Amino acid sequence: MALDIPKVAYSGKIREVKLGSGARAVTVGGETAYPFHLFEGAMPNLPVIAMEVYDAPPAEWPEAALEPFAGVTDDPVAWAKKCIDDYGAEMICLQLISTDPNGLNRSAEEAAAVAKKVADAIDVPLIVWGTANHDKDTEVLRRVCEVCQGKSLIIGPVEEGDHKKIGAAAIGYRHTVTASTPIDINLAKQLNILLGNLGVPDELLVMDPTVSGIGYGIEYAYSVMERIRMAALTQQDEKLQLPLICNLGKEVWKCKEVKIPEADAPALGDARKRGILLEAMSATCLLMTGADVLIMRHPEAIRLVRETIAELAGKTK
Amino acid sequence: MPLTGIEIFKLLPKTNCKECGVPTCLAFAMALAAGKASLSQCPHVSQEAQAKLAEASAPPILPLTIGIGKRALKIGGETVMFRHEKRFENPPGLAMLISDTLEDSQVNARLERFKQLEYERVGLTLRPELIALKGESGDAARFAAAVGKVVQGSDANIILMSENAEVLAAGVKACADRKPLLCAATAENMGQVAELAKQNSCPVVARAPGLEKLSELTTRLGQAGVKDIVLDSGARTVRQAFEDQVIIRRSALVKKFRPLGFPTIVFPCEMTSDELKEAVIASAFVAKYAGIIVLSDFQGHSVFPLLVERMNIYTDPQRPLATSEGIYQIGIPDENSPVLLTTNFALTYFLISGYIEAGKVSSYLLVKDTEGLSVMTAWAAGKFVADAIAPFVKKCGIADKVKHRKLIIPGYAAAESGGLEEELPGWQILVGPREGAHIPAYLKTWKP
Repeated sequence: MALDIPKVAYSGKIREVKLGSGARAVTVGGETAYPFHLFEGAMPNLPVIAMEVYDAPPAEWPEAALEPFAGVTDDPVAWAKKCIDDYGAEMICLQLISTDPNGLNRSAEEAAAVAKKVADAIDVPLIVWGTANHDKDTEVLRRVCEVCQGKSLIIGPVEEGDHKKIGAAAIGYRHTVTASTPIDINLAKQLNILLGNLGVPDELLVMDPTVSGIGYGIEYAYSVMERIRMAALTQQDEKLQLPLICNLGKEVWKCKEVKIPEADAPALGDARKRGILLEAMSATCLLMTGADVLIMRHPEAIRLVRETIAELAGKTK
Repeated sequence: MPLTGIEIFKLLPKTNCKECGVPTCLAFAMALAAGKASLSQCPHVSQEAQAKLAEASAPPILPLTIGIGKRALKIGGETVMFRHEKRFENPPGLAMLISDTLEDSQVNARLERFKQLEYERVGLTLRPELIALKGESGDAARFAAAVGKVVQGSDANIILMSENAEVLAAGVKACADRKPLLCAATAENMGQVAELAKQNSCPVVARAPGLEKLSELTTRLGQAGVKDIVLDSGARTVRQAFEDQVIIRRSALVKKFRPLGFPTIVFPCEMTSDELKEAVIASAFVAKYAGIIVLSDFQGHSVFPLLVERMNIYTDPQRPLATSEGIYQIGIPDENSPVLLTTNFALTYFLISGYIEAGKVSSYLLVKDTEGLSVMTAWAAGKFVADAIAPFVKKCGIADKVKHRKLIIPGYAAAESGGLEEELPGWQILVGPREGAHIPAYLKTWKP
């Protein structure tokens, strides 16, 4: 019985964006079909994983997430190097958690100095992420852009409320902008237009649709990302034809289900494996919908997702 | 493709007899097309029309049931490729593999674990629903004995796995009244397995290498009178299995290709020997179109995330998950504990209760029914305003649980504080933080 495989008529393509610079720069995007639909289109650049590094020792992480980074959590440079040397990180995401005005409230100057040190110490692309506080991020990320001139950082989150000033600094010092919107396809498109109008060149723009983990609303991100990809690939919506960055690790590891010890809830199984699987499975869901860069935490979850990406792409040994 | 109202109208008697309860045949046709009426309401429709309409209205992916009673598993019946288009209908069943070569003690341990893996979430009970019994020994008597053990020790729905028709027959005999899924019919054993399925009214897995051969097999099974079919394309790599899931679903929905219009079964248990990776592979098939997912074993740390993921993906996007209205205790609150108020959107509830727990201050959380809307949306929609909140606070009984009269409302509902103080005489309204993440710090300042 001859099978006539029904194919989707794709009319658009996700833009290819080069992240970082030098030999270890990473190119993302370029898809001409839905994720891993390789029987009807191309996925020239497989999704990549950026490993998280915090600029201050994390206070609320469960033991399972801290253990792989024992000894380096008070030194972002050592931490980043460990991610690259020991865990094979292809990208690093420096989370500037210490700048949170409701927390340590460190100054823009201090944060930028740390970002510079990390950027100088590594040769993989570096994402620098603020705290989503518009006033503080404006101060901090602008300073980061300036101090790290020439480092081709990826700066985020850039939101509607702070896009002008952070966007202008990113353009000025040639960093990539992550346009971040709250789980809404229309807002995402609008911010991409605004950043375009501001003068952010297409090749320096990626988007963050705002994601969450399993059990905490992943279905919203899931469907918004599917709709974004649909519009980009089948409706030629050029303003949505951008690679998607998902800042996932911190969402998964803050939920209570990764913190409950097995002794308190035997039916939940081993706490370490549970956390790893919640992160890896959440990442897999997002891969199904078009994630190009996943920001993740646990090395074991990252290994699982890397292998799953290779398997989905049919690139296993 | 489904018929339009006009196409249906042409098949109706056009007498406007009103016996269907609708004034005209045209109106009835429109109601049929919209799925709001059933053809059986028309007493005069011709047999020819009935046949045509039944053919056109048959679901593109057959819904079928495995097992019996309240816990029977319904799969298939899907109508869309993407959940935002409508919703996914029947969540994939999760199956735990048990081999008939396992020792009794191992089988019992698995059955025991299977029972324990139950979780309450937003008022729903999440649990896996299948045991896949594999006839690895090749011995019919041994298989039957193992099936007997599962029937005795568990009320799970059963998949019988063997390509040897005699082994399968022995298994069916041991659990025919549980309506097991027979796995699998192949080109070689098709005649015998089809007979077995018909005699016992059991659904059957059709297994063939590749989708073309699979289509031939399901066509032959259909001709042999087997209707309830589950598809196994034989793929045991993630790449091929994923591709097959997409093509099967699309062929059925877009092309109305009947030979592939059935739910599917996938076997992550045969794609890797790494326990964690198997669970991650399974998570991909929860999202992309599996009807049944067979795992080599169940552990809480893998089954719990899969069950929650499944609930998330299969949530109706038009109807947010909601938790029930009432007083929720967090920690061990007493008469001096803080009282916080929020809405019943499930995510809001999860986040807020999580943050209160993180703050380590035992509290009462009042959850107001806002039809599943979040704080800001509910407030904007007038469902989380003073004259809706006050009656709830009065009748929920919180006044009997605490000595103080302080109510902490979400920062985003600050505009309601004046109205609430009017509507709730004697209560002091405190405006809490706008962001849930700031609740722990806020609670540290609490004084009754």
